[in-house]
Amino acid sequence: MTAPTIPARPGEDARLRPLPLRRMAWATWRQHRAALGAVAAFLGAVAVYLWLTGLQMHHAEATYCHPVSSIACSINFTGKYGETVIVVSIALQAVPALIGAFTGAPVLARELETGTYQYAWTQGIGRLRWTVGKLVPLAVAVTAAAGAFTVLLSWYNQPFVAAGYVTLFSPRVFDLLGVAFAAWTLAAFAIGVLAGMVIRRAVPAIAATLAAYAALAFATGLWLREHYLTPLVTSNPNPPGSAWVISGWYTKGGMFAFGDRGNGLLSALAQLCGTAGQRVIRVTGGVEHVLGSSQCLAQHGYTHWTSYQPSSRFWPLQWIEGGWLLALSILLLAATIWLVRRRAT
Amino acid sequence: MNTNVIETSGLGKRYGRTWALRECTLAVPAGHVTALIGPNGAGKTTLLNLAAGLASPSAGAVSVLGGLAAGSRAALDGIAFVAQDTPVYKNLSAADMLHLTATLNRRFDKPYARARLAELGIPLDRKAGKLSGGQRAQLALTVALARRPTLLILDEPVSMLDPIARHDFMANVMTAAAGKGGGEAGGVSVVLSSHVLADLERVADYLILLSRGQVQVAGEVDDVLASHRMLTGPAAEADTYTQRPVVHAVRGAAQAHLLVRATAGDPVPPGWEAHPVGLEELALAYLREPGAAALPGPARSRQAEPSKVIR
Repeated sequence: MTAPTIPARPGEDARLRPLPLRRMAWATWRQHRAALGAVAAFLGAVAVYLWLTGLQMHHAEATYCHPVSSIACSINFTGKYGETVIVVSIALQAVPALIGAFTGAPVLARELETGTYQYAWTQGIGRLRWTVGKLVPLAVAVTAAAGAFTVLLSWYNQPFVAAGYVTLFSPRVFDLLGVAFAAWTLAAFAIGVLAGMVIRRAVPAIAATLAAYAALAFATGLWLREHYLTPLVTSNPNPPGSAWVISGWYTKGGMFAFGDRGNGLLSALAQLCGTAGQRVIRVTGGVEHVLGSSQCLAQHGYTHWTSYQPSSRFWPLQWIEGGWLLALSILLLAATIWLVRRRAT
Repeated sequence: MNTNVIETSGLGKRYGRTWALRECTLAVPAGHVTALIGPNGAGKTTLLNLAAGLASPSAGAVSVLGGLAAGSRAALDGIAFVAQDTPVYKNLSAADMLHLTATLNRRFDKPYARARLAELGIPLDRKAGKLSGGQRAQLALTVALARRPTLLILDEPVSMLDPIARHDFMANVMTAAAGKGGGEAGGVSVVLSSHVLADLERVADYLILLSRGQVQVAGEVDDVLASHRMLTGPAAEADTYTQRPVVHAVRGAAQAHLLVRATAGDPVPPGWEAHPVGLEELALAYLREPGAAALPGPARSRQAEPSKVIR
């Protein structure tokens, strides 16, 4: 067994103090100012559109929607702008993904793709400080830009929330409000940076980022978000209108009978309430609710239960979503930095 | 003080299942312009990346600047590395490249760098992507030299250049090496790699021949040349020559040429003639005989027993 014969000089490193991280400021700005400028221009253009259409909507809501239930409101406000706001809020879902992918993915991928990492990682500052000094300011910048943009988004959505047209918990709206929009932007950036480090080519890394982000956002909206806090349960046939209804079911004698949608309910209705109870009405969102059936089933001893998140939980749910996305982003960025450190060319 | 700017022992680097460099033990002494020569795939780039701290060893150890761990803070501080194809940021101007490098290092001699670029006719406001290959290589060299390194590592610096640019670049390396370093007495040690010896022949005074990750020849150019002779004699007697180790033999119909490890004082068999050898001739002979090795100088401390893997 041969031990390394080369004498170590560990004292040398201690003698040299590391270069301060602020040395990275100029490099980060100079190399990424184009990307940051593009983000600013993109958000600015979207902001102008939202501002112009938002002004009209605010005006219509103020003019026609007091009271909200008036015919004038449904004609001149919800009827006129309702579809637009749905399309816009769906389109806005892509904004965090686009910002994150186009600013995050190229940071390391371009260096690896063009070979300039061989320059960057052999400078006196060292690759660890180089990486941290780039990623942290960029992450803060895109998150702050998205956070500022959220102010406009909540102003834009406000008349529809006031008119009861959308709930704050709608999957199209929840992540455009509060802290979620900025948190999703940060998460997209972190996914992009890691994808760039792993894939090493900018364009495929951008594509992978968009795909991973879409999967995460869909999974969160469809399955995850409703479980942040244990839903409340009520047998009140009308839970508060702004609450987020998650599921419903019937019990009889304290035992679960069947869910409030699907075949169990339909066969019970056919059996107990006759055809009169089978008026199936299609409501927005494509979910079938059987109306006029609760009273009939109640007469036969069934109780209708509903689980829901009350509107007072909007901010707690926002902080939970923002919190885990922040934790995920930090984890992804830390993984990236670890990969940069251990990467052997 | 006689320190080594690069020292390796049993150094190996594996990519997947392929060893790019294996059991490499060598020493590059300070104060020289060292030519690292070897065919494509010999492991030159791998060795230099390991010394620059870009890659980490799979086996063995590498130290730089007299015992510093490669890639450590002090090592990065003292070594300027110009990678193959001289990568620079294409969307940055020459002035930006200077400023960038100044912010990323403790020392940077901006006046020197500006003066050098002016001398070379490279406009400061020109984007690096708009420079010619030769100019880009010169920019990368200028940036590296202005860091005032103790050791300058150039990996295949001229492979992308035309013959005139090659010549100019090498002349520049020579001038710059003479007094612009951060090492003792202002000199900078230089390690250059190439698969073409002709590029380095005029500038190098120390030679390392690498083949399949193994050192074949290491030593000062003058010593290496003085310890080899070319013997020319009858082809029929070529196989009977055993006085000195034969590196490589070329047999013609009548005459044979033997490159042997011998000095001018060694006896020459009757009927044979001895000539001094040139560097190119010598390098070619060794490259054709990957099994042959001549290791004068510090690399002789090579262990006979193969090193175990040390992480």
